[in-house]
Amino acid sequence: MTLATATKRSAKGASARRGTDHGAWFLVLPALIPILILSVGPLLYGIVLAFTDSQSGRTEPTQWIGALNFQDLLHDTLFWDSFRIGLIWAFGVTVPQFFLALGLALLLNQPLRMRWLARALAIIPWAMPEVVVGIMWRLVYHPDAGVLNETMSDLGLGEGTDWLTGTSTALLAVIVVGVWAGMPQTTVALLAGLQNTPRELHEAAAMDGAGAWRRFRTVTWPAIKPIALAITALNFIWNFNSFALVYVLTQGGPGGRTRLPMLFAYEEAFRYGQFGYAAAMGCVMVAVISVILAFYLVGRLKGADES
Amino acid sequence: MMRTKKSTRTAQYAALAAYLVFLAFPFLWLISTAFKPARELGSLNPTWIPENPTLENFRQAFDEQPLLRAAGNSLVAALSASLIAVVIATPMAYVMARHRNRVSKAATGWVVISQAFPFVLIIIPLFLILKNLHLINSLLGLIMVYVVWSLPFALWMLVGYVRAVPTELEEAAAVDGASKVRTFVSVVAPLLAPGIVATAMFAFITAWNEFFFALVLLKTPEKQTLPVILNRFIGTEGVADLGPLAAAAFLATIPSLVIFAIIQKRITGGMLAGAVKA
Repeated sequence: MTLATATKRSAKGASARRGTDHGAWFLVLPALIPILILSVGPLLYGIVLAFTDSQSGRTEPTQWIGALNFQDLLHDTLFWDSFRIGLIWAFGVTVPQFFLALGLALLLNQPLRMRWLARALAIIPWAMPEVVVGIMWRLVYHPDAGVLNETMSDLGLGEGTDWLTGTSTALLAVIVVGVWAGMPQTTVALLAGLQNTPRELHEAAAMDGAGAWRRFRTVTWPAIKPIALAITALNFIWNFNSFALVYVLTQGGPGGRTRLPMLFAYEEAFRYGQFGYAAAMGCVMVAVISVILAFYLVGRLKGADES
Repeated sequence: MMRTKKSTRTAQYAALAAYLVFLAFPFLWLISTAFKPARELGSLNPTWIPENPTLENFRQAFDEQPLLRAAGNSLVAALSASLIAVVIATPMAYVMARHRNRVSKAATGWVVISQAFPFVLIIIPLFLILKNLHLINSLLGLIMVYVVWSLPFALWMLVGYVRAVPTELEEAAAVDGASKVRTFVSVVAPLLAPGIVATAMFAFITAWNEFFFALVLLKTPEKQTLPVILNRFIGTEGVADLGPLAAAAFLATIPSLVIFAIIQKRITGGMLAGAVKA
């Protein structure tokens, strides 16, 4: 009997495979061609550009200059300043985003009233255009007409702070906006993970007298860990590569205090026309992110094996 | 059901209230600003609720900026991009979900890698390619870019939806001698319809909200989309211009909010289905 099913199955498999080839290609090509021309192609082209002196609006042909862009980049202190700001921003947004979202997800997983309201509100930052998020927070931070300064002065906490243009406050101010804007996705992902946690395990642990913290560590956390890892890794990448929010809030000012690497590269490419140099910056960004993520994921996965 | 202590519950409600305030107050402030007359905006003690609510800001916003044309451009770009994206992504997602061949694996790899690349590395070559095709400052060029950049998410979602469809129906169709394409079109695609609609709506929101590509690729105000026009609005602002700016920003958000409210459940479900099974 086993043999019979086995032969039947393999015969079916073979015919399916023969049938696939043409049909499957026909189904795949409409998406594959645009992907190759407008995504894979440009990615490779972008990496190649980093090794050339390509500039916008120049008449002489573009030349191959080897690693010269990267050598220049190594000594470009402005770029490394921007890179450092980018890392502060990416960690500064991703870490609080995760903990705040975890807190909210744990609350929403409780049988509380008003949960629906929190869920509805959580949609807003997710669905809003980033430009509108930027405009909205400019209104909140506005030195004269903004609600933040108004509230601060009502509480007697000082007044007239120019949040987005003050050199000491600007980066912190944009980080708060970044946290706000990215919280919903993280919350929703974690909440879904929580809802998949087996309830019986919780009850058994409670029966054994485990406190809330112990139950979280031994039951909840192991269940949501894969999702938590994935969403933090993605958040980190998205945050490091983000552009619109900070562009609208500060344009990278004051004096470059919030000039994320993406803003820097954008200006290099489309204000100064240095295509090759900007592409080299892009390559460095990819490389550094990959290294950080590799360490993060390997470290986490090892941690999982040991425990 | 476990019993929770009363003090714990109170703390939980307090924390939830704090979250609600944090999430809601910027949006409420935007709405409040949009309905305030210029005089109140200039006052030293701004209030939450406008004392003399007005629609003047909305009228002024339409007078000062080409909002209608920009909204039209956004609508054309987002609608075309989302429709084309699901039409070409659905068949590919079907193959990716049902066949573990090299193309499927490469496509899955692309979906993941495309998330990690900074847009600046893509936009420069894209700009050069589109320039050679005379598609800079053209909605057509922007639509092409939007289609490709909504594909990773669309494929991710749709692969999840395809996996949820039982294979028996397709096997029956194959026994009846239906070709791969025929099976897909008349058996699988109809079952996917709700997922396809949700994915298209999500792609619509993404394109409607998109800023970076539009900023680089569209040069003249006649062609620019809503987010780019909104951004031009900024920077010139005296206090009196805050009202129109808020009004325009509020209007630009409504389509996204409405659509997102409709599809939210389906999207979050699909996102995780893809994540768990991939």
